[in-house]
Amino acid sequence: MSERELMKGNEAIAEAAIRGGCRFFFGYPITPQNEIPEYMSARLPEVGGVFIQAESEVSAINMVYGAAGVGARAMTSSSSPGISLKQEGISYIAGAELPCVIVNMVRCGPGLGGIQPSQGDYFQSVKGGGHGDYRMLVYGPSTVQEAVELAYSAFDKAEQYRLPVMILGDGMLGQIMEPVSLPEMKDISKLPRKEWAADGSHIGADRKIINSLYIEPDILEAMNIKLNNVYIDMSKNEVMCEEYLCDDAEIIITAYGTVGRIAKSSVQMLRKEGIKAGLIRPITLYPFPTQVYAKHVARAELKNILCVELSIAGQMIEDVRLSVDGKKPVSYFGRGGGNVMSAEDIVKVIKEGR
Amino acid sequence: MINEKIIVAGFGGQGVLSLGQFIAYSAIHEGKEVTWLPAYGPEMRGGTANCSVVVSDETVASPIISIPDTLIAMNKPSLYKFVDRVKPGGVIIVNSSLITDKVERTDVKVLYVDAGALAIAAGNAKTANIVVLGAYIKATGVITKESAIAAIEKKFSDKPKVIPANIKAFELGYNIE
Repeated sequence: MSERELMKGNEAIAEAAIRGGCRFFFGYPITPQNEIPEYMSARLPEVGGVFIQAESEVSAINMVYGAAGVGARAMTSSSSPGISLKQEGISYIAGAELPCVIVNMVRCGPGLGGIQPSQGDYFQSVKGGGHGDYRMLVYGPSTVQEAVELAYSAFDKAEQYRLPVMILGDGMLGQIMEPVSLPEMKDISKLPRKEWAADGSHIGADRKIINSLYIEPDILEAMNIKLNNVYIDMSKNEVMCEEYLCDDAEIIITAYGTVGRIAKSSVQMLRKEGIKAGLIRPITLYPFPTQVYAKHVARAELKNILCVELSIAGQMIEDVRLSVDGKKPVSYFGRGGGNVMSAEDIVKVIKEGR
Repeated sequence: MINEKIIVAGFGGQGVLSLGQFIAYSAIHEGKEVTWLPAYGPEMRGGTANCSVVVSDETVASPIISIPDTLIAMNKPSLYKFVDRVKPGGVIIVNSSLITDKVERTDVKVLYVDAGALAIAAGNAKTANIVVLGAYIKATGVITKESAIAAIEKKFSDKPKVIPANIKAFELGYNIE
């Protein structure tokens, strides 16, 4: 780890991805993630990589599809409306079992919405925003340092499971500056050869075909089962969750990403007043840390779970409710439109017993 | 334990965001934790700009500030937008080059800084934000003078010619009675 330096979330994620082996970036501008392509455009050529500003988001994700197909470590980033445009390509990448990394610095919607922070893309990210039976590994980092660590290992995970990894941030995470320690540059020449890659090295031997079309039902069903087994395997091994002061908590706040850190301040404020509050902060949004909730709802002293999101109707709350399985009441507090709740706002909601 | 919440606000082009960054760089220099969060938008020169900076001895959880300990107001709209939110006992630094009004609150410490005039005295009108940085460091003591000067030297290491005027601006702000 290097000496701590002050970095913007977007730039730190870009540098961490490069140190994690990213050598191809294809993107199209949109606020609030523009510092990622800007940084990549300057930095990738320094490490022998390639940056292309595509003519559209659709084009960018299909460039990722192509580069991933030959075994390269390829990445794209965008924000909500741009990620919607990429969904077809993401589904194809998932169907072709290709690894890649996608960053979504979420802004408000629906539609063009606004450019301020939001968490309205949770469903799109964890339930499959594109068509078909597929999942991604989805991370919801809370701090710039955490985003750096996740971006650094994202390509390893994507290649291990051969699927897209999404880093789901928001405008706040993209724009905030914090001290970070950056990890060492990985030597990608030492990575194992990808036997499935259509990199031209198999000419004359067995052909490598990158494809997601399976016309025969039995063959496609077998493919769906194979993919599902990957998701089951990933769910067993990759769940990450922060539990903060939960062991004796009577009230548990649950929130992810930047809201998770705001809620942490709320827990600290409530504890100072003698209120036994705790925080469950999922770091992987898919696979979801269901067992963590199940563990805590089994405790008699836990009275209530409050889910807090930057969404008016709430999205993650549905996974929270599935995990809680009716064993404790789950209430909700959300802000939207780009307005962000303060730690004090959450404290007030809890004190008013909502 | 230090847990200082600062809002820096003004017009785009006044160096509001970079003033916040200088505070953040200074905090890192002395091993403190810090977050710098800009209010981002279709910002431009002459529009409004502000940033929230939290300096702490411990890891900063929420970067969102609802009750600032310190407000640095570089223009009049910013003063009126945030003045009522400052914590009682907190500090308000007013850029009196542009703000002729006086703060009516009596439960806060108010410092009037003629940042524009002092910047010109330092030899570079663009250093008004650094004048205010000096005044801020002196008024709150959250960060040492040495750290702030180190941050200025580091930030301008690729343009060493501007360092002397910035250090002079800092000193002029720091030495306001």
